[in-house]
Parts: sequence; structure tokens; C-alpha cells
Amino acid sequence: MLLEFNGVQKAFTDTDGSVPVLRGVSFGMEAQQTLALTGESGSGKSTLLHIAGGLEQADAGDVHVCGHDLRAMDDGGRAALRRTDIALVFQQFNLIPSLSVAANISFQARLAGRDDPAFRDHLVGVLGLADHLDKYPETLSGGQQQRVAIARALAAKPKLLLADEPTGNLDETTAATVLDQMLALVADTGAALLVVTHSPKVAARMDREFHLAGGLIT
Amino acid sequence: MIWACLAALLSHWRRNPIQLFAYLVGLALATGLWSGVQAINSEARASYDAAAATLGEGQFDQLVPRQGNVIAQETYVALRRAGWLVSPVIDAPFEGVRLVGIDPLTSPAGLGPTAGTDALPMIGDAAGQLFATAETAQALDAHARVIVDAGIAPGVAVGDVGVVQDVLGRTDLSRLIILPEQPMTRPTLADIAPDLRVQTAQQTADIGQLTDSFHLNLTAFGLLSFAVGLFIVHSTIGLAFEQRRGMIRTLRAIGAPLRMLLVVITIEMLTLAALGAVIGVVLGYVIAALLLPDVAATLRGLYGAQVSGTLQLRPEWWLSGLLIAVLGTAAALAGRIWQIARMPILASVRPRAWVMASGRRLRWQMVAAVALLGAAAVLAIVADGLIPAFALLACLMIGAALALPVLAERALSSMQRAAQGPIWQWFWADTRQQLPGLSLALMALLLAISANIGVATMVSSFRLTFVGFLDQRLAPELFVQVDTAEQSNALAAFLADKNLETLPLMSTQTQVAGLPVRVFGVRVGPTYRENWAFLDALPMAWDKIARGEAVVVNEQLARRADLWTGDRVTIAPDLVLPIAAVVGDYGNPLGQVVVSETVFDMLYPGQTPRQFGIRTDDTQALRIEIADTLAIPQSAMINQSAIKEMSLSVFERTFTVTAALNALTLTVAGFAILMSLLTLADLRVPQLAPVWALGLTRRRLGQLELLRALALAVLVFVCSVPLGLALAWVLLSIVNVEAFGWRLPMFLFPTDYAQLGAYALVAAVLAALWPALRLMRTPPSALLKVFANER
Repeated sequence: MLLEFNGVQKAFTDTDGSVPVLRGVSFGMEAQQTLALTGESGSGKSTLLHIAGGLEQADAGDVHVCGHDLRAMDDGGRAALRRTDIALVFQQFNLIPSLSVAANISFQARLAGRDDPAFRDHLVGVLGLADHLDKYPETLSGGQQQRVAIARALAAKPKLLLADEPTGNLDETTAATVLDQMLALVADTGAALLVVTHSPKVAARMDREFHLAGGLIT
Repeated sequence: MIWACLAALLSHWRRNPIQLFAYLVGLALATGLWSGVQAINSEARASYDAAAATLGEGQFDQLVPRQGNVIAQETYVALRRAGWLVSPVIDAPFEGVRLVGIDPLTSPAGLGPTAGTDALPMIGDAAGQLFATAETAQALDAHARVIVDAGIAPGVAVGDVGVVQDVLGRTDLSRLIILPEQPMTRPTLADIAPDLRVQTAQQTADIGQLTDSFHLNLTAFGLLSFAVGLFIVHSTIGLAFEQRRGMIRTLRAIGAPLRMLLVVITIEMLTLAALGAVIGVVLGYVIAALLLPDVAATLRGLYGAQVSGTLQLRPEWWLSGLLIAVLGTAAALAGRIWQIARMPILASVRPRAWVMASGRRLRWQMVAAVALLGAAAVLAIVADGLIPAFALLACLMIGAALALPVLAERALSSMQRAAQGPIWQWFWADTRQQLPGLSLALMALLLAISANIGVATMVSSFRLTFVGFLDQRLAPELFVQVDTAEQSNALAAFLADKNLETLPLMSTQTQVAGLPVRVFGVRVGPTYRENWAFLDALPMAWDKIARGEAVVVNEQLARRADLWTGDRVTIAPDLVLPIAAVVGDYGNPLGQVVVSETVFDMLYPGQTPRQFGIRTDDTQALRIEIADTLAIPQSAMINQSAIKEMSLSVFERTFTVTAALNALTLTVAGFAILMSLLTLADLRVPQLAPVWALGLTRRRLGQLELLRALALAVLVFVCSVPLGLALAWVLLSIVNVEAFGWRLPMFLFPTDYAQLGAYALVAAVLAALWPALRLMRTPPSALLKVFANER
């Protein structure tokens, strides 16, 4: 099992006190599988994704990623796992503004120590970024920025790609193109993909779909 | 609507108290530093003026007793009747206060209370009273009626000579001031008052020059602290505006008129600026009060106990502090208001936009920097007068500050290209991105470190030069002045018997190259050869002078008459000699020519030396022996080693004040960095969160933030060293020449600079420590907000 959640609970504290978001989520994901996670706004989809990426800690339950027990790892261990085995794509693109497109794309791969120029060129070619390598993120359109984010994530050849509304900020045509390209490349690299989405169209393109409601998988 | 908009604008500060703190404290520190230095300067000058006004009789020749310190009233009357225009002074300690009695009718204009006005306060209603500061008055309340006069030097009470005699229970006098205007003919002093001798005013000249150097030092500090303060004010206002771009856009979008918004923002910012300025003035008062005892001690060393260690709230410095803060704010505000007025309603509200300085802006900045530095170079060549010299300082400092971001950009860009590994490449790229946001704080740091290097170089060069000068001029341990040729001959014979090295000094006033100069005849010996350091000299200069084949001129004459080593100078109508050496002369405004004893005898035959420098191992014993054997009064003999000691201790005090101001400037610059980093911290989260998500721990990111501050501080320090040295050069070689007519040699102090560099790095790291720790402790949830669209 590449990703495994067992009875995972998570609550947040706000002015009304503790608000449970995940109430005991359990599910598993095999390598090279694609999975869509849908649900209402505020249902805890992003929280689940963040816990899977080691960005946030579960309050209770077990989380295993690539054979590692995330709850038993410290901050440094989880950071190392993100460098090597997990990659993230966000709705807001979240590129590094001070680096050029080329440097952004190679950044995580170089952090992971597995920069492969030929593969990087392949990604750049497939995603149509060849003319933008010397530019900076702020000069690109939303669709172009998301392609750079996908290239950065996949250039590191991760085992698990976590994407949070990857097409949520794009128009319908661009969203379709970007999704096609992302799925093709995920298949190419053999990574597993967990996508958080509101879009039924995106969910329909995945191998499996889970729905999160009331803090539980339904 | 106005109140609604104002409430909305003010709500920003409520939600961001650190930014409000940064704005107020930035303004307060800038104002505090400026008004603190101004307070010290104005207090020192006021004390100096008060001292000059009440005790300024030192600027006149005086008659003093040959033995003891009392002159009979009858002697004064006899002199007046004989035509001598003298004014009586009684001067004695009483209850810890120096009581000075003068005659308001005969004393020279400008002495006494309310000097400089036409009023004669000691006559009329105030007759029979003493004048003193409030502090001094308390000590005398029981003994005389005292009128409080802030213009009197501290620790001194001045009154009519009769009143002071009554208080002291005396009927005699201490000395007589010789008025500048005297009748054409009058009997000789020996005929009327053989017990008195003339003490010339000349010996105060050294002190005046030292004092002016001290004030120059403080004035330079005032100017530099103003520049540092202005950058901080500009930086804090810039940050406060950028943070509220979004709010301004929203207010305009919902219908707030642009003009009303601009007025409300101006009122809000100026009100806050006034509040910050008031805090700053109070802070300046505290700074000055803490430093003033040292300044007072320094000036006390120069003048005697005449400088108050307490501070008065003088309008000139607190008003200037308020004015600087409000003008600085208004200048920074004008640019921002202009930007808002031109900003389209739907302009980008990304606060990051302002940090991304466009290449065009950087280019303009570089053009301005080159223009200012070019103007500085032109002024360095053609500057004539103090105002162009200070304009040169301003061009140099502002030009260099403007050039800093451009140079730093280039340096960081090179580092990025040379970096190996993704983290270091990102580190340098990210540092480049922070540069525009930090540039004003870095400029303030640049000015602070350069000022420290420049002023430290200036003060240390002063010290080295003056120690050398004192060694040169005060080498003979005992200095004796005699009144008659008989005394001169007797002293020469006495000293020859003792086999002591004697340096008889003969001098006369004349004109050389059309300028008034004093010609000195000296006996060239080992003391001159070993102690006189020339600015420029021909080989074997002293040999040539000893043989009567050449002369030495001082720097003042060399500069004014453009006469340098090798040039020939007409000493007398039939005597033209080459200049063998030019000597630095820091204690005298006049030109001087030094010739050998033989040449002097030939030019002015029949003169006997009236001044003798004597080398001795036991100054005190020799002094007593001369007084006992030759009846030369103790007051005519000066222990030069004691003067040297006092002068050196004055410099030590100057160092203390300089070091304290250095530390203060550096602290303020460190604070500017801290505030910039804290304000940028919120903007940093979206920049750092992706890097954290990609696998760098918060701890590592925090360490890198510290390293970034260190790297920037190193960069700034590297730029500060040449700028600081240029500043020192301008102060020593241009400002000093314009102010005093002589150029101070510049010495370098690499160890001091390294130490300053270390302090600057520590200040930068300390400033970055809090933001870095905050980053290390940022909860993941705060970083995740950057990515999260929902939970």
C-alpha cells in the first residue's frame, strides 16, 4: 500500500471551540493508482491532503506513506519524505517567485538528488513550456504557471503526487488541457495521484473516487 | 464618510500592531538620534558661549602679580591715573562657586551677564546683586541676592567687583584686563606697577582649536544621524503604505472619493508622525542627558569647570527634531500620495508588487547615484568654503546610498550564478528578491557603518596627530617666560651652569608674502630633530636650517601663500631663503616661519629671548629652584607635561562620546533592519511556504533567514569601508581645511574597522533573530493557509 489512512482524526480550534474536521478517515491507495477526493467546501478534503503530504499532523489514527509512519516521524523526517517521495500541486500554483521557470522546474528534483535533464526536457516539451524557461512566474498566465507547478512536481519522479484543485483556477478549456497533460505524465512516471476536486469531470477521469462528508469517507 | 474611511484606515493599525510600533518607533528613533546629537551640540555650544561671555577675559592681555595672586586696589587706581586703560577683576572660589567680579563700566564689551545686549544689568535695579544659573544660585542664596541668568557659565557667579569684594570680605583685586584700545603714550609698567607683569592672551589659541575640532566632530555626527534618520522614516512610511494598498483599492471601489482619501491619509500619517516625533524628542533628551556628563567632562577639561552636566530644554534642538520628523514624513508621504493618486482602482494589490523593483527604477537610481557621486567628485576638486564641503558630504553619502541596491543586486546575481545546489541558488535568488524591500534599511545600515568608520578614522587621526603635535610642541618639560633682558640673561646663564638642554625662543610679528606671520628664531638641537614631524621636507632639512640656509613654514602659511618645500620665500627685504620643510601646526591660526637663532639675530639684532623651553627630569624641583634663585614668579612657568596629560585626557573623553554615539547609530540601523524584516515577515510566508512544502524544514528556513541577514550585512559592510574612508578623507582633508586652514593627516585603523564590522554583523543578526525565530515557530497551519482553499 502506497498511502494508507487508518482512523485518522483531525480537529481545529476556533472561536466556537474545537471543530472536528476528520472523524476517523480510513482508506488506502496502491502505487500508480489515481484517486479523486470530492466533497463540500469545508468538508476536510484539503486537510486530508495536507496530512498525506506530511504538511500537517493527524490528531489520532495512523498515516503511512511509502512505508513510513508519518506520525512517528519528526519535522525533518517528514520534510525529507516530501523532498524525495511526495510532490504537491496546489490551486494557487505556489511557485517560487524569485526563481526562473527553468529553476522552478528543476528545484525539487535537485533537492531530491535525482535531476534528470532529459526527463526535464521531456516534461517541458509535453507541457509546452520551452519558450518560457527564462521567464519568471509572475509573467506567466495561470495555465502556464500550473503547468510549471506540474513539471516541478513530476521532475522529481515522486511516488505520490498530491494535487489540490489543480485546475480550480483555470478556465474550462485550459483546465481540460492541463488535466490531460498531467494524467499523461503521471502515467508516464508511474506515480500515484490523489486529487482533491470539486469538479465531477476531473473526478471522472480518476481510477477511483471517494466522497468526504461529515468528516468520514462515504 | 470621512470618519468611516478614517476608522477603516486606523483599523489596519489595530490589526497590525507591530507595523504601528515599527512606524512610531522608526520615527521616534530617527528623531531621537537627531535631536539627541543636536541637544548635545547646542548644550556644548551654549556652555562654550556662556563661558566665553562670562570668562572671556582670557582673550585679552592681562596684568597679573609677579608673586602671589593679589593686586592692591591702589595699584589699579595708579595705573588708571597714569593712562593705562585697564579693568579690574576679582576672581576667587566661594562656597564651591567661582565668584568673578568685574567693573561693568570699564570692562570690555561682551563680558558679563546678558552679554551682547546693550543693557548693563549690573547697574540700576540689579546693582548689588550676583548673576548665576539657577543651579549655582542655590549655593549662594544665603550670602547674596542672586539673579538667575541662564547665560552665565555653570558653577560661576558674576557680579560687580564691589559686590564680590563684599561677599569675599576682601578689598583687593586678582588681575587687570588690558583693554584693546590704549593711549598713544603711557608710562611703562615697571614705572607704575613693578610688581605686575603682562600675561598675553596668546596661550588660549591651542584650546580654541581643539574645541572647534570637537564641535566639528559633533556637527558631522549630527549630519550623518540626520541622513540615517531620514532613510528610516522613508522606509517605515513606504512599508506602511504598501501594506494598505488593498484597503485603499477596496475603499475606492466602494465609492470613497480619491481626494477625500488622500486628505484623510495625509492627516492620519502626519498625526502619527507628530506622535512619533514627540516620543523621539523625549528619547533624544534621554540620550543627551546620558551622554552629556561625558561631553561636559570633555569641555571641562578644555575650559575648566564651566560646563553644566545638566541639560536644558532648548527650543533650537527640540523644534528641529519635530521639524525633521514632520518634514521627513511629508517628503516620504508626498511620493506615496502621488502614487495613490495615479493608481488605477483595479491596480494590483499584491503587497509583493512593491518589492519587485523594476529594472527601470534601478537604472534611474543608478543614474542618480552616478550624478551625485560625480557632483561629489567635482566638489572635492573645486569646493571652496564650508557649505560646498558639507554639500560634498551630502552628495557622497546619498549617492553611495542610492548606488547600494544596484551594486548589491549585481553582487547577489553573481553569487546566484556561482552557487552550487538548488538550495543555495534559491537562497541567493530569494535574497535578491528581498533586496528592494530591505534596501532602505540597508542604506541606513550603510550610512551608519560608514559614519562610524569615517568618524572613528577622523577622531583617531586627530588623536594621533595631536599626540604627535603635543610631543612636538610640548617636548620641553618646563616652559619659562621672562619679562626683561636681565632676567633672560640670568636664566640662560643659570641653565648653562646646570648643563640642561635649553631651547630659547625668540619671535616677532612681521609680514611674509603679504600675510601677517610670526617669525621664530630657534636653537636647532636634538629636541627639534627628534620631535618635529614635517608634512613635507627636503633631505637634511634641520641641517640646512641650522646653517641658516633655509626656513621651515607652517601649513597655514604654506596653504595661504601657496609656498611649499623648495619654494623660495622673502623673510626680509634682503634675505630670500628656500623652504626646507612644511610643518603641521594645529594650535594656531596664523602663519609662522621658523629660522635659526643666528638668522633671527641677524634680522632682529639686540633681541633677547623671553621664552625658554627646558628639558629636565625633575620639573617641579627646577621650577622651585628658578623661582627661588632668579625671583621669576611661578605664574611665569608652565609645566608642559601636565598640559600634555590634560590634552590627552580630553581626547580620551572625546573617544567615549564618539564610541557611545557610534553604538547608538548602529543600534538604530539595526532597529531599522528589524522593523523591515518584521514587516516583511507577513509577505515572506507565501514566498517560503512552497519551499517548506517542497521539503525544507522551518528550522532550516529560519537558519537561512539568519544567514541572509548576515550575508546582506557583510555586503553592506564591504561597501561601507570605502565609503567610510572617503567620508573620513572629506572630513580631514576638505572640511577641516575649510574650517581651520590645516589638513589633518589620515591614518588607517584596520583593527578598529574589523571590530566595527563585527558589531555591524552582530547588529544585523540580532535584528534578524526575532523574525527568524518567529519563522521557525510558525505553525504549519499558518503556512498551509497559503495553499488552502478550504479545510
